[in-house]
Formats: sequence, structure tokens, C-alpha cells
Amino acid sequence: MAGPLGRRSLLTGWGRTAPSSADVVHAVHPDIVDQVLAAARSGDGGSPRGLIARGLGRSYGDAAQNAGGTVLDATWLDAVHAADLDSGSITVGAGISLQTLMERFVPLGWFVPVTPGTRLVTVGGAIAADIHGKNHHVDGSFCSHVTAFTLVSPVGTTVVTPASDPDLFWATAGGMGLTGVITQATIQMIPVETSYMLVDTERAADLDQAMDLMLHGDGAYRYSVAWIDCQSTGSRLGRSVLTRGDHARLEDLPVRLRQNPDRARSFTSRTLASVPLTPPSGLLNPLTVGAFNEFWFRKAPKHQRGKPHHMSGFFHPLDGVGSWNRLYGTRGFLQYQFVVPDEHGETVRRVIERLTEVKLASFLAVLKRFGPGDPGPLSFPMPGWTLALDLPVGYPVLDGLLDDLDRAVIDAGGRVYLAKDSRVSPQAFRAMYPGLDAWQQVRRRVDPDGVLRSDLGRRLGLCDDVVAPPPPPTRGRRRATASAQGTTAPAPATPAPRAPRATRTPKASPAPEATTDPAGTGPPPERTAERTRT
Amino acid sequence: MIDAVGRPQSVLVLGGSSEIAQAIVARLVPARCRTVVLAGREGPRLDEAVARATSAGADVAESVAFDATDTAGHAAFADRVFDRFGDIDLVVVAAGVLGDQEADERDPEAAADVLTTNFAGLASAMLAVTGRLRHQGYGRLVVLSSVAGLRARKANFIYGSSKAGLDAFAQGLGDSLAGTGVDVTIVRPGFVVGRMTEGMDPAPFSTTPDAVAEAVVAGIGSGASVVYVPPLLRWVFLLMRQLPRAVWRRMPG
Repeated sequence: MAGPLGRRSLLTGWGRTAPSSADVVHAVHPDIVDQVLAAARSGDGGSPRGLIARGLGRSYGDAAQNAGGTVLDATWLDAVHAADLDSGSITVGAGISLQTLMERFVPLGWFVPVTPGTRLVTVGGAIAADIHGKNHHVDGSFCSHVTAFTLVSPVGTTVVTPASDPDLFWATAGGMGLTGVITQATIQMIPVETSYMLVDTERAADLDQAMDLMLHGDGAYRYSVAWIDCQSTGSRLGRSVLTRGDHARLEDLPVRLRQNPDRARSFTSRTLASVPLTPPSGLLNPLTVGAFNEFWFRKAPKHQRGKPHHMSGFFHPLDGVGSWNRLYGTRGFLQYQFVVPDEHGETVRRVIERLTEVKLASFLAVLKRFGPGDPGPLSFPMPGWTLALDLPVGYPVLDGLLDDLDRAVIDAGGRVYLAKDSRVSPQAFRAMYPGLDAWQQVRRRVDPDGVLRSDLGRRLGLCDDVVAPPPPPTRGRRRATASAQGTTAPAPATPAPRAPRATRTPKASPAPEATTDPAGTGPPPERTAERTRT
Repeated sequence: MIDAVGRPQSVLVLGGSSEIAQAIVARLVPARCRTVVLAGREGPRLDEAVARATSAGADVAESVAFDATDTAGHAAFADRVFDRFGDIDLVVVAAGVLGDQEADERDPEAAADVLTTNFAGLASAMLAVTGRLRHQGYGRLVVLSSVAGLRARKANFIYGSSKAGLDAFAQGLGDSLAGTGVDVTIVRPGFVVGRMTEGMDPAPFSTTPDAVAEAVVAGIGSGASVVYVPPLLRWVFLLMRQLPRAVWRRMPG
């Protein structure tokens, strides 16, 4: 392969913090993954700083960035390769989004087994982060429903199943892309009759009541989550709105939908509005967030049973607003999500108390119960409570506060979620994930030279960076180019050819195997953060 | 790597024995900065700074010989540092001399030395490390400028003009780095009470190395492109720069 194929782009995660630039290569076919990996391994035309796959960029932190190296844009691998409508087993390209899966398979009676709070994630990303959803207490995390995936790792391409190579399968589940590039996956979908949910909503006056309701009531629901007001103090500390429900059968729906089964099964994604530009940081401050929290709590019915809601509103309310992450302004934001075992439920209270003490407003705080975890050494879920907090960056008190929370979480035997993390220390990470050594062993087996690298991996010491000096340019050239292109880049970065884009068939194409462009799959693949230009 | 709240895990200081730089390092190390590389003139002061970084808890704290005026050696210097220590998250450009305005006005060579050290030499060194930062795809340069560079005073225009040059250079460099993942933060302190200004009467709005360090760490946390210490100086100098020349040249000291 001659020279780097990528275009140098500035990337961030969803939180828009810690930008770094990398050569983004469009993996328009799985073969390209092999070739880029081979080049990176041999050092022939590949980047000496390794590579990582990237999907839709919904990890909050630096998981899908590889500063100075190569980032493979895998969203092009979005074909449906096989679908068995009797069993619900489907084989798809790893770059297909859960949104596309829903649009295509919900009308056929099959829903994704696990969906996070956004459907704009890829299947490959879902495996690499071993994502969970509101049904974790019943159905477990995403990888429990994956029966096989194709993994391109530096030692070769293999189809991995939980039986064929359990170590590699589970090291990849939650392995943040550092065991290889997933190009294809077989998923067991779950049957649904409609695209509607029957939802019970109730308010809880404080945290104790919310946790009590969840502890004793969640078993009756397949999906359960609580939104928590993190600003109320005193007797109202942790007041919440619980939304719990299950898939609606056709007979559960109102007459107008019952008589129109097509509509009752329809799933079309609509973006109601988009945030067109990035406002200055500080728009989401304690005042505005407080007003929102008050409104949200009062808007929720005190107690409502069996109300039909469409899936998209129930699972992905924020997907209706495009680029909502911009609302946090130029400094960006982070999400702190942790889990603690059941017996340490009081840690949740202590965290919320600390937040109210320092008056840091969390716009979105979500509490949920996890069921048993899976064997993945870096997989996040474990039985207990998980709390996720969105917090704006730029408040000096934040750094120390979150370090304190890390300690509390470690003391409780819990951990933070790598897909959300952007600031945990290597030491804290090590204490949170005791399976790390086992995971490192598998990584050494499939990536002995440490070709798979990401900013997250560097930050946490997951990939011990071998210092790879750039080829020494001649003295004269260095002087001549010092202020222009990267003086030490192996070769001048050429813009990515635009041609590959055309290989995507237009949406209207009837071809069954067509890699159609999913409507509204969010921003285009090369998302260049403009944070530093403001 | 630099995390979401701007904390670096490795730092290179140009001018490693500078008081301000040491105060910055003292704040970075407890906030998980593991590698501290102090570049400067070799000697007991630099060794002392290394010892301080070690006792603060850095995993790696070492000194590297660096001479701002040795522009021919800067490319090799940058390679030596990055090849040996790997990725450098933060580069603090803190080298500099105050000079002796009255004496230097009568000694053009000495005046040129101040300009070379504070401006031309650092500009060369910054370009050399910036090349490596571009290659690694991320990083931040913190450049210690001064409000003295915003409008030269007759009492210290040699030093002031060197900082003016450095400041302008850093602004342009920062703009040229947009989109590369490398960022520049310019720090403009007022009169800093310390070793460099020993025996001088503090000007109004004077500050300390520790206060500068605190502002720098907060500035890199929020990704600020310019930091004034104390912050009020931003507005003071907005006014100062508008003063009629007849008034400005009567400024004392």
C-alpha cells in the first residue's frame, strides 16, 4: 500500500473534549480493514502510531480517537448480510447503526436486543463497549445477544463465537476496539408485535422512595429507568421520575393503531430540530438546568399506567434533537457513569449529595438497576445500581470532585463505564477492573506489537506505547517545512479521495444487499470537531 | 494523554528552573502528571527543580540540557526529548531573562542577547517542539508572555519588545495549528514578585509565581487561549493601550 490513505481530521468524542487529529480512512469494504491493519503492522505506509476503529462517535470521551495515528471509519460497513425472520438471527456489517436496524427490522417484527439511550451507535461500537440498556436487569448487555462476530486483528481475521474462543470473544466485548476491528456480527434480535411500548410513569418524592420502588418493582418490567433531579436538596434530595414498561402487543394499542397494523409497526426516524451552532459555554448552568429539572419533574404524571409510547420517544428522547451535545458549548461536557453493587446503594446517595453541595448542575441524571454482568473483563455492568451524570466541563471544582467520586466507587467495589469516561486515572481504572491482567493477556495474543491503539488506551495505560519515532527527515527539509505541514509526518497527507462516497447506493435503491445510506444517521462520517477554532 | 478536564500526563518545560514553571509542575504532578522533563541550563538550580518534581511524586523527572540561544540545536533537542520520553502532552515555554534595561541600552550586544533568548531562541525552540506535537496529533503549548509586551514602556522596552515578539509569534502559531489537535495558551502576567525581580519595587497589580501557576492550570483546564494574571489586567491593559503617548511615556518606573 502506498502512503497513508486517510485525511487528517480533528476528532473528539460526543463530549467534545480533548480533541486529537488522526488520519481517517474510510473502510468502505472489510478488505480495506485488512490492508490498513497489515500496513500499520509492517510499518510500510501505515502509521507508526497504530489504528483504532470508529463508528458514530457516541462514546463521550477519547475511545474512538487515535492521536497522530489512523482511525478507521467503519460506518461504511453497513450492509445486512443475512436475516432469518423465523429465528430473528441477523448478520450485519459492524458499521450499521441500531437506528437502521430498527427502521428495517421493527416493521418485520424484530427489535434490537439492547439499545442505549441513543440509537445512533454502530453494532461494532455496541460490542466494543458492551453496551447496556433499560432492560439490563432482565436481558443483560449487548454482547449476551451476539452469537458471532468477525474480528480483524493483527494476527489474522477470525470468526469468533463465545464457544470457539471465549477468551477473545469476551475480551472484545467491552474491549474498546483494542483487540481488533469488528467487521461483521450476528445478533439475536427479540420479537415485537408493534413499535409501541406500554409505559408506567410515576414520580418518587426522594431518592429512597425511588430506589425502593425500583428494588421491589423492576422485576415486573422488562425496561426500567429513573430520571433523577440532582439539584433538589433536603427532603427532596433525589426526587425522581420512573418510567418503566414493556413492548406493546397489537391488542394493547388504541383502536386507531389496532386497525392499522402497518402504522403500529412503523419505525421512521425523525430529527425534530438540530442545534445549528455551538453557543458559548455556560448556557447549561445551575439556573437553566434547575428550571429544566423543575419543569421535567412537574411535567411527569404523578402516576400513569399502561400509556402507549412510541419506541423512539421511550428509548431515545434526545435523538430527536440533532447535535444536542453542542448545547454544552465550546468547552464540552463529560458523562460520569458508575456502577456499585447492591449493598453499596448508599454510594448513589453520597454522590448526589456531593453534587448538590458543590452546586454542579447535572442536566441529565439517570439511575438504573443492573442484573448479572457477563464474563467480559472490561465489560462495565455488574449487579447493582448505575448512575449516569452529564456534567459541563470548565468548572475547576469538577476535577477534584470526580476524583473523590472515583475513590468512593472503588471503595464500594464498583467501576466507571469506559464508553463514557474521559478523565479517570490509570490507577483508578486498574482498581476498578480487576480482570485487566486477563484482558491484557488476550490482547498480547492477538496484537503482540500493539498496533491497535486509541487515546483512551494511551491515557489508561492499556496500550503501552512503544515510542515510534518518525522517519528522520533531512535537516534541510525540516527547516523548509517547519511552519507548513507536520514536519515529521512520514509523507504529506493527501486528502482522501472522494470517490468512495459514490459506492453507497442511494436510499431509493431496491437492491437487497445494498449498503444504503441510512436516513439521518447523524453527522457525516468525518466529524471534524471545531472546538479549537472558536 | 490530556484528559477531558485538561490534565496532562507528561510535561516538558523549556526553562525548567523558572520559578513559575516549577510552581506549575508542583500543581500538575499531584493532578496525575507522571512524566516531568525539565529543560534548561544545567546546574544546581535545574537539579533542584528535578528533585522537587521527584519528591512531589512524578514517576519520571529528568533534566535535559537546553539553551534557548542555540537555535541550530533545537531540532535535535526536540527529537531527543520526544524519542526518549514519548508523547509530551504539555510544553511550558518559561525560559527568559529580564536583562538590565539601563545597562543594556548602552550595550547593544547585551540587548540583542535579551531579544535572542526571549524571542528568537524560543521561537525556534517552539517550532521544533511543535513539529513533534503535530506528529503526535495533540498537545498544548503554554507560552509565558507578559503584559510588558502589550505596550513597551521606556523603563523596560528591551524586555517588553522581546515579549511582544514572543506573544505575537505564539498567537500566529496558535492560529496556524487550528485543526491539528495542538493548542496554544498565552499567559500574560503582570509584575511577578520573585527571583527574577528581586530588589525591584513591585508594580501595581503584581502577582506571584504560585498565582500565575494557579491561573495557568485553570486556563489549560478550560482551554483558554489567553490568560491574564491577575485577570483584572485584561481590562487595565485594554485601557493602557489607548492612553495618549504623551501620558504613556510619563509612566513611572
